[in-house]
Amino acid sequence: MSESVAERHTADASAKKIGLPTIIIGIFFLIVLIAALIIRLPMPVLISDLLRRFGMNGLLVLAMVPSIQSGTGPNFALPIGIVCGLLTIVSGIEFGLVGIWLILFACIAGTALAIAAGYLYGKLLNSIKGAEMMIATYTGFSIVALMSLVWLMVPFASKKMGWLMGTGLRETIQLDAVGADSIINKFLMFTIFGIKVPTGLLLVFFVFCILMWLFFKTKTGIAIMAGGINPRYAQASGLNTDKYRIIANIISTVLAALGIILFSQSYGYAQLYLAPLNMAFPAVAAILIGGATASRASVSNVIIGVFLFQGLLTTSMPVANQLFIGTDLSEIIRMVIQNGIILYALTQVKGVAKQ
Amino acid sequence: MKNSRIILSGKTKNMLADNMVPIIFIAFTLLGFAVARGVPMSFFLTELSGRFYRNGFLVLSLIIPVVAGLGLNFGIVVGAMSAQLALIIVRYFFIEGFGGLLLCFAISTPIAAFFGYLTGKLYNKTRGQEMIASLIVGFFANGIYQFLLLFAVGVIIPVPATHPMIKTDGVGVRMTVDMGSLKYSLESVLEVSFVWAVLVVSILYLAYMLCKYLRAKQMPLAVSGGKYSFVGMAALVLCIAISLISIITNNSLMTVKRIPVLTIALIAMLAVFTKLIMKTKLGQDFRSIGQSQHIAQTNGIDVDKTRIIAVIISTVLAAWGQLIYLQNMGTLNTYGAHNQIGMFSVAALLVGGASVSKATVKHAFAGTLLFNSMFIMSPEIGQALFGQAILGEYFRTFMVYGVIGLALGLYVWNANRKAGLTLDPDTVETRTSI
Amino acid sequence: MVNNLLTMKNITKEYFGNKVLNNINLEIAKGEIHALIGENGAGKSTLMNILFGMPVISSTGGYQGTIEIAGEPVHINTPHAAMAHGIGMVHQEFMLIPGFTITENIKLNREITKENIVSRIFGKQYESLDINKMNADARTALDKMEMGIEEFTLVAGLPVGHMQFIEIAREIDKTGLKILVFDEPTAVLTESETQNLLSAIKKLATSGIGIIFISHRLDEIMQVSDRVTILRDGELVVTMNTKDTNTHEIAQLMIGRKVSFERNETKNRTLSNDTMLKLKNFVVRMPGEDVKGVDLEVKKGEIVGIGGLAGQGKLGIANGIMGIYPAKGEVLFEGKPLKMNDPKGSITAGLGFVSEDRRGIGLLLESSIELNTVFTCMQIKNSFLKRVGPIKFKDTKKIRAHTKRMIKELDIRCTSSEQRVGSLSGGNQQKVCLARALTQEPKLLLVSEPTRGIDVGAKRLVLDHMKKLNEEQGITIVMTSSELAELRSICDRIAIICDGKVEGILPPDASDADFGLMMSGSKRTNTEQGAIHNV
Repeated sequence: MSESVAERHTADASAKKIGLPTIIIGIFFLIVLIAALIIRLPMPVLISDLLRRFGMNGLLVLAMVPSIQSGTGPNFALPIGIVCGLLTIVSGIEFGLVGIWLILFACIAGTALAIAAGYLYGKLLNSIKGAEMMIATYTGFSIVALMSLVWLMVPFASKKMGWLMGTGLRETIQLDAVGADSIINKFLMFTIFGIKVPTGLLLVFFVFCILMWLFFKTKTGIAIMAGGINPRYAQASGLNTDKYRIIANIISTVLAALGIILFSQSYGYAQLYLAPLNMAFPAVAAILIGGATASRASVSNVIIGVFLFQGLLTTSMPVANQLFIGTDLSEIIRMVIQNGIILYALTQVKGVAKQ
Repeated sequence: MKNSRIILSGKTKNMLADNMVPIIFIAFTLLGFAVARGVPMSFFLTELSGRFYRNGFLVLSLIIPVVAGLGLNFGIVVGAMSAQLALIIVRYFFIEGFGGLLLCFAISTPIAAFFGYLTGKLYNKTRGQEMIASLIVGFFANGIYQFLLLFAVGVIIPVPATHPMIKTDGVGVRMTVDMGSLKYSLESVLEVSFVWAVLVVSILYLAYMLCKYLRAKQMPLAVSGGKYSFVGMAALVLCIAISLISIITNNSLMTVKRIPVLTIALIAMLAVFTKLIMKTKLGQDFRSIGQSQHIAQTNGIDVDKTRIIAVIISTVLAAWGQLIYLQNMGTLNTYGAHNQIGMFSVAALLVGGASVSKATVKHAFAGTLLFNSMFIMSPEIGQALFGQAILGEYFRTFMVYGVIGLALGLYVWNANRKAGLTLDPDTVETRTSI
Repeated sequence: MVNNLLTMKNITKEYFGNKVLNNINLEIAKGEIHALIGENGAGKSTLMNILFGMPVISSTGGYQGTIEIAGEPVHINTPHAAMAHGIGMVHQEFMLIPGFTITENIKLNREITKENIVSRIFGKQYESLDINKMNADARTALDKMEMGIEEFTLVAGLPVGHMQFIEIAREIDKTGLKILVFDEPTAVLTESETQNLLSAIKKLATSGIGIIFISHRLDEIMQVSDRVTILRDGELVVTMNTKDTNTHEIAQLMIGRKVSFERNETKNRTLSNDTMLKLKNFVVRMPGEDVKGVDLEVKKGEIVGIGGLAGQGKLGIANGIMGIYPAKGEVLFEGKPLKMNDPKGSITAGLGFVSEDRRGIGLLLESSIELNTVFTCMQIKNSFLKRVGPIKFKDTKKIRAHTKRMIKELDIRCTSSEQRVGSLSGGNQQKVCLARALTQEPKLLLVSEPTRGIDVGAKRLVLDHMKKLNEEQGITIVMTSSELAELRSICDRIAIICDGKVEGILPPDASDADFGLMMSGSKRTNTEQGAIHNV
């Protein structure tokens, strides 16, 4: 008996170790970094870029945590929240808001909208248990396509967003025209050793990380987690697991809405139409790289994952361009790593053999 | 009497619910004709028949995995990429014409079989999540494909920069590859007039049906779908009448694009193959594992191996389908031609009335026709109703995703409802998850 | 000897040093119906697994002893080999594909094929099915069973009785069938279906097939079998001619005297006359453990045992009361009706539950002992929380203090209160389950299979602790267990469940035969009325 206990202990310890995907991507990242040093790429620029992309993608990846923890799997329907955020940005511009007021309005209205959308989406997920990932993907796709019709038909009059002729909104809407470009990034921004640190952006991301971490110490957070690990246990303890799955997906959708607002202001553009279609996949990949599985995730997975994945993407592009002129190797790397890691995670899901 | 009527109305209700998606699509197409007055029948039929020759084979390639319980194989894009690799190899050596096409078929088959084997292995490891895995594996394979064609060609495999297929800097294959006389190589072998073809096929089919009907009549207790065959015969007679009128009056229907006999023959052969393989031992194994992996396993069927065979067949067929598609298109969009194949084919199959666990040749044919009707008509409707053709394009994107999402959602929802525990049949109370 | 179709000699099987079969000898003659009987865990299924060459046997180190078929020693190491030797089995759960016709099911993976052009090139897998021949074979097999049903009917929607017959037809259709095993074949059948089946089995036997008939229904065994073999705790108790014995004797031999836990008589217990829990026509839908109308009363302060064979519904009762499986009927707890299908309601009313499915619904294996101990209480009773504004955070300090006390009280062996529960031994996991239930301070504790999968020493501790709880804190306990000895060691009275109903209620010192007869449902007629209120 003592033997088997010891065995379990070692299994315990290894579970806490860093996962294989994290190590592989980490090593890969290191190699690319060393290559960048060797070919004398300007490191401050590279690191500035990395920090910016780390911050702007962070919230979208953080949105994966509640949905994974609640047992509905990675939120492949991230575009639902994203279009909520985009809708409130363009509405704000239409109302004539500029600068920080635009961002604040978008955040507040986006949250409200995302709560409603997340609630409906959570309801949907509860009726299709067992196939959440697949249906979430197509729900996300459908919403993006449906919203494309809305972008095309919405009777907004603002000159900053419309086409020169005809109705409908442009595909990309410049945010510097409304004074909202990088407005959060620039908050308390400073330069050290030539590295531009987007303090505001990082601050927002870390504040949300801490909030998320705290949330899973609350009664509701613990209930969500228990329902995700073992729904039958939670139900036997008198919990309404369906309710908690909905709450988790509301939080995830809200984070996606806020995430795209943060992303857009940093990027400088709000991208409409089919741009959000495939945004869920890099976010899913990032958290998996950080060591999460399709059923377990933590805030640290988010931070490590975004850092490694975005870091690798930012550095590999100039490095590949230097070494193999004219090839867009970084896009290929992104595709292979992103989808490879998702496939790897799917093989780890305990499949229910079909009856 | 009263009872039977209630049952009947219940049945029609069920039929309506079951065929919701096809009905929406038919209504949509009819709406298109109603609002967009400028669409001549001959244009519509040319477009529709052309799309049917292009896509029919690909949609059929999805059937076997469904029967074998793997669900909708979005991974047929892997087969499409194999076909494109074969085509690029063939074109690299400037091989032309029908022989070149045959060579494409020959080269793509082992490539597709190999990747189909790997995909099948993957599906066995992601049991229960095959569909999302098949979607992602398409994206993943796309990365590998691009790596091969954009990077390996030129950097790892030396190629002359002067080759017309290679980009000017000597690395990577160009965005579009000219297919030379591979274009229409299948089509141009033999083409016949659309109306004449309709006439001949309708007469032959009518004769066949009549024979069957007469023979059935002689036998007592014949089990035949009486009413439906009459509807079918009436439709055939109508087809014959219309084509006769067209031929006599030489109206606009005579301008419908001519039918490529060989392509149609290939599609028909695949349809027959799909039907026949279900009547073999292998087909029976597909059906067994599709119904219950557990029971099949306990009766000694090698479930994993059978699943892999199903995926290999599907992938190879998809490769062939993509070749048919490409020779009809005429140019190869190197990095884009395969991307939407999986999704569009799946959507078409679902529109025909198939589901995650049930798909037949009939579903594939009906779906290809209905789905493409919607595709042709939606820009017209967008133009007619809103003055914007682009609206129709976004609308059809929405329909593709929506149809897949809806069909999957309804399927899982129904399955969950059935699996839920009830106290007895009378109580409505169900609990799904326990 | 020559007459024997099957001879199993000196079969011994160990699982990880634990002897589950010891020197079993079994002989089946041509045309004989041989009944095999024993409690759960007596070794019936292990013996049949050996006969079928199931992988579970070879992967756990194989077995000792020899098997002879028609006098020839054989080596059966795969199910395939077993089939080749003419051994067939009619499964308890139907192995039928509902979407297939009867013929397709009978011929599953044994389809008759004929060559065609393609198969000549690509191989046997591409041969076409010969549906006509398959139908003819299926017809023959069905006719042997005197089943008039058409062979091209779909299996979906057929009554279970028919399905059972199709399973048998499939076995008959296999060429060279010599021995057919029936594993609890009548469990799902109605009275008349059962009679049909029994006569079909008799008819099969007359055609020279040897039949092993596993059942717990003693009446059926008396009616149909020629000989009966009784297993108990992996030992062969006796093989005898059925006509030389009676149900009473079989029942007694089946239960036997086990290494029983001795029963210390209780001191200063206050048995009250107040009713704590009352079930009336209680129905629970729990797959494999359906409860079909139970009436039961539990007095305040007593320990009531619920026993019975597996699959009879004893486990469904506690699960139904706790709202874990859909239930209906009347449940009065302390005189107030308890809402059905409402776990939260049951917990708030003061019911605690230690589930039989420890790893499934009893524990969060990946979480700490602390969280497992307080989880339910935190969620339902809002304890172990501290408020910061409107937000309720877990109160780690309080949780730790409480868990440490529980660890000490229940003697949970662990490195710290933060240790992952999945890394504890079975006995200690069980104690964590108990700790969780006790943290809720329940008035009535429902404990199901408390000693399943834990070693003997830990068993004693868990049972003692329950007794202590009852004596010192006056907690009423309803304990469900498959191990009769365990129930007899601490319960005040034991309700035996058979076929989803209370077969009868016995005092712990009732005779083995009484327990045996009740468990096998052979005493229903004379105890139905009296036993329920008669304690």
